Amino acid sequence: MMKILLKNINKDGYKPDVQSYLKEHGYQALKKALETSPEKVIDEVKKSNLVGRGGAAFPTGLKWELARKASDSPKYVVCNADEGEPGTFKDRLILEKDPHLLIEAMTICGYTIGAETGFIYIRGEYPKAYKFLSEAVKDAERNNYLGKNVLRSTFSFKINLYRGAGAYVCGEETALLDSLEGKKGQSRVKPPFPTFAGYKDKPTVLNNVETFSNVPSIILNGGEWFSKIGSPLSPGTKMYCISGDVNKPGVYELPTNVTLRELIEKYGGGVHGKLKAVLPGGTSSNFLLAKDLDIEMDYPSVQKAGSMLGSGAVIVVNDKHCMVDVAKRCAEFFDYESCGKCSPCREGTKRTREILGNITRGDGELSDLELLKELQEVMYDTSRCGLGQAALNPIRSAIEKFTDEFKEHITQKKCPLGICPMEVT
Amino acid sequence: MAEMVNLTIDNQKLQVPEGTTIFESAKKLNINIPHLCYHENLSIYGACRICTVEIEKHPRLEPSCATLAEEGMNVKTNTLRVRRARKMIVELLLANHPEDCFTCDRSQTCELRKLAYDLGVKELRFEKGRKYHYVEDTSSPSIIRDPNKCIQCSRCIRVCSEIQAVGAIDFVNRGGKTQVLTFFNKGLDNVECTTCGQCILACPTGALRERTIIDDVWNAIADDKKFVVVQTAPAVRAAIGEEFGMPPGALVTGKMAAALRRLGFDKVFDTQFGADLTVVEEAHELIERIKNKGTLPMITSCSPGWIKYVEHFFPECLENVSTCKSPQQMFGTIAKTYYAQKAGVKPENMYVVSIMPCTAKKYEAERPEMRASGFQDVDAVLTTREAARMIKEAGIDFQNLRDEDFDEPLGISTGAAVIFGVTGGVMEAALRTAYEVVTGKTLAKLDFEQVRGMDGIKEAEIDLDGTKLKVAVTNGLANAKVLLEQVKDGKSPYQFIEIMACPGGCLGGGGQPMPTNDEIRKARAASIYLEDKGKSIRKSHENPAIISLYKEFLGKPLSEKAHHLLHTKYTKRSRY
Repeated sequence: MMKILLKNINKDGYKPDVQSYLKEHGYQALKKALETSPEKVIDEVKKSNLVGRGGAAFPTGLKWELARKASDSPKYVVCNADEGEPGTFKDRLILEKDPHLLIEAMTICGYTIGAETGFIYIRGEYPKAYKFLSEAVKDAERNNYLGKNVLRSTFSFKINLYRGAGAYVCGEETALLDSLEGKKGQSRVKPPFPTFAGYKDKPTVLNNVETFSNVPSIILNGGEWFSKIGSPLSPGTKMYCISGDVNKPGVYELPTNVTLRELIEKYGGGVHGKLKAVLPGGTSSNFLLAKDLDIEMDYPSVQKAGSMLGSGAVIVVNDKHCMVDVAKRCAEFFDYESCGKCSPCREGTKRTREILGNITRGDGELSDLELLKELQEVMYDTSRCGLGQAALNPIRSAIEKFTDEFKEHITQKKCPLGICPMEVT
Repeated sequence: MAEMVNLTIDNQKLQVPEGTTIFESAKKLNINIPHLCYHENLSIYGACRICTVEIEKHPRLEPSCATLAEEGMNVKTNTLRVRRARKMIVELLLANHPEDCFTCDRSQTCELRKLAYDLGVKELRFEKGRKYHYVEDTSSPSIIRDPNKCIQCSRCIRVCSEIQAVGAIDFVNRGGKTQVLTFFNKGLDNVECTTCGQCILACPTGALRERTIIDDVWNAIADDKKFVVVQTAPAVRAAIGEEFGMPPGALVTGKMAAALRRLGFDKVFDTQFGADLTVVEEAHELIERIKNKGTLPMITSCSPGWIKYVEHFFPECLENVSTCKSPQQMFGTIAKTYYAQKAGVKPENMYVVSIMPCTAKKYEAERPEMRASGFQDVDAVLTTREAARMIKEAGIDFQNLRDEDFDEPLGISTGAAVIFGVTGGVMEAALRTAYEVVTGKTLAKLDFEQVRGMDGIKEAEIDLDGTKLKVAVTNGLANAKVLLEQVKDGKSPYQFIEIMACPGGCLGGGGQPMPTNDEIRKARAASIYLEDKGKSIRKSHENPAIISLYKEFLGKPLSEKAHHLLHTKYTKRSRY
């Protein structure tokens, strides 16, 4: 099976050091890029049809082009390594096991857009990733892959590491930038987008670890090569994280035309128990059902099925779980993680948690379900960033797809699986 | 010239300069989009999401305050979808808001309450929930913060840091636990808060209010042993009418004096008497500093918010600040010494109330330096808003009162004193006197137009018969900061600077009626200049009551007695 991102990691004896990386054609893409023009690099990335793997699926080549063309300077390259979506644990693999892949990609990006400084914003809970990256950056500097006059060219590039402090919202790009600047991590008003006004209001390319890590292979093999892998709708491979009620949870790199069924049954080792629902893209996505399993796992196809691929966190729920309880857990997560800046998200997540809590205690009303639907629409419409806009997705889809289960909790004051406390009688 | 963009709002076409927000564009069509976190003088925050509108081809609603008009944009500000969203957001805010509107200070002026009414919020569907029981911050002598009523619009935070360059408050914690707090929750009194009260004016709800002292004043009036005198600051007469439904800036000096008399004050005096006294002392201080090569530039000292600011942020500039007490405090001292003697009242029985456009005056009156009479010189400071409430409580039909005069002698004042209420006024008043004292000539033109107007920093060069005097006038502490950086670095080109903490000067003070905005500030300023024009005496040193005061009691300006009673000193303060 084609591997782009995990090609090195899976090899026996591969270490996260520069020697191991060089043995696997490491830094050849950087060398090649430096020998050609930034425009040519952008062309290849554009030809590849690579889109952002953080969830928003923005075309990477276009992003780089916009930043290159932005007139302001200095420019910055920022890597979002604040992987915090529940059920997502893929970037960690690259950060811990193949850090030079990311360093090379960011350096190429720096050369391409005309930046001399890069930042990697690392999830606070990834101390090991921070350690390996720190060593890798030093190693790269010693070997002239980073620092002044990279590979004896006129191009200089430096990478700084920054550790997050545990806020989920800092995975949102503008909140990440604020946090990186030393401010409270809260989303900014968009536009302007980071490509025009990002770090310190200067043009900034902000990509996810996985997105960046595709670039060296694209440079070495050509954009066209990449564009033919996987689904033509969003080509390449994708690192899918499978978790929940499957026999073989883990990270699987697969072409984007893999189906959800293959992912769960073939790679994830099948469901233990009976499949009840799947979140195909983390807790911000809508639940899919067993009937939806034959969709291909590319961005447009998952969206067409009424959900979203997000960061590729496939969370499988079997029939031993109460959907009201699952929805309540999602609500608790978002209430806890809302940054509190905009009122619909701050107050909306709070009330959602409360309403679902009431239902699990037998204190719900049928009108609550309508209220939550309306709240989902208003929060989608008015929240300032993706967190609030998507926070009620799993909850609304759970209500719509498991209406009877919710109604039973409310009218019969009964949790069929005996999971919810139902204190009120 | 900015490029123009064409857009359509609610089926009306219009053209606006590039960079105009949808909110501002809609205003041009007389559409005032409902909002909470937007404030005309502050940066865009875009967080309440009330001002949300529908834009063709945009997947979601957009906040009109934070979205720029673009060529060909088609905006709808009033669709079912928009109204439903706004209403639900208000419902959400109310679900976490105390329901004590009856007893809330902002009952009549609460923007959240008005919004709920305007948007037709009829039921509170989220009303089950947890409400926080935060402790009020009552540490400040001027301002009380009730975090339970905070809707986190950040207007107080922004006014404090952007307009006042103070930054005493900011958000702490995350999500539903977010609060506006002082550094390590030490309380407003223990941080660099200047007590200016601009946060109160900016707050849409009752989360910020002045510490009220109305009950103490009522009790003093009711106490037979107490001789209760009241003084009113210049800016009050150009604003208090607004509390009674009169147009912004309505000049109600006579009605105010009449109303105060009806409240039961024994004497109705005028802070402007104190202002005239300040002018005479301060003009002489300036002349002396210039003659004796004292510390220059000299900076005015009437604004207690500004004084606290300089003590916290620029302690190296304290020598530059005039040692003159403010008009309120000069009045208080003179009332409890000179006037008490004259009226045959024991100073311990004299109770001095002031009505101020200001919350910092409450703090100023409590400063330990302000006891030159042997007692606290000013006993109680009411804001303009509190005074209006007392008048309402007494059932006085303010609008229809016949004008009455202030009592003599501490009610006699000049045009120079009236203009203390507006930015540039203290400078102008001091120049009128300084010119005549220095030159011995009569000033031909009394109006110093260069120092008038609402600009943040104004400067002028005045010719005192050969002596060139370079002066600057500023209002709002962020503007003052610019001039102070120069002073601190020894690079200030000026000899005399007037600093007022609040935008527009006292007429825009933190104790003034709500709303106080750009337009209203201008209207109040116009009234103040009108009153100056109408005064028969317009120079402080010609105030007959001041002349008598010096003759009978103080001797001459800057005399030892004047120094003891009318001048003060300042203290370096830490930030927290």
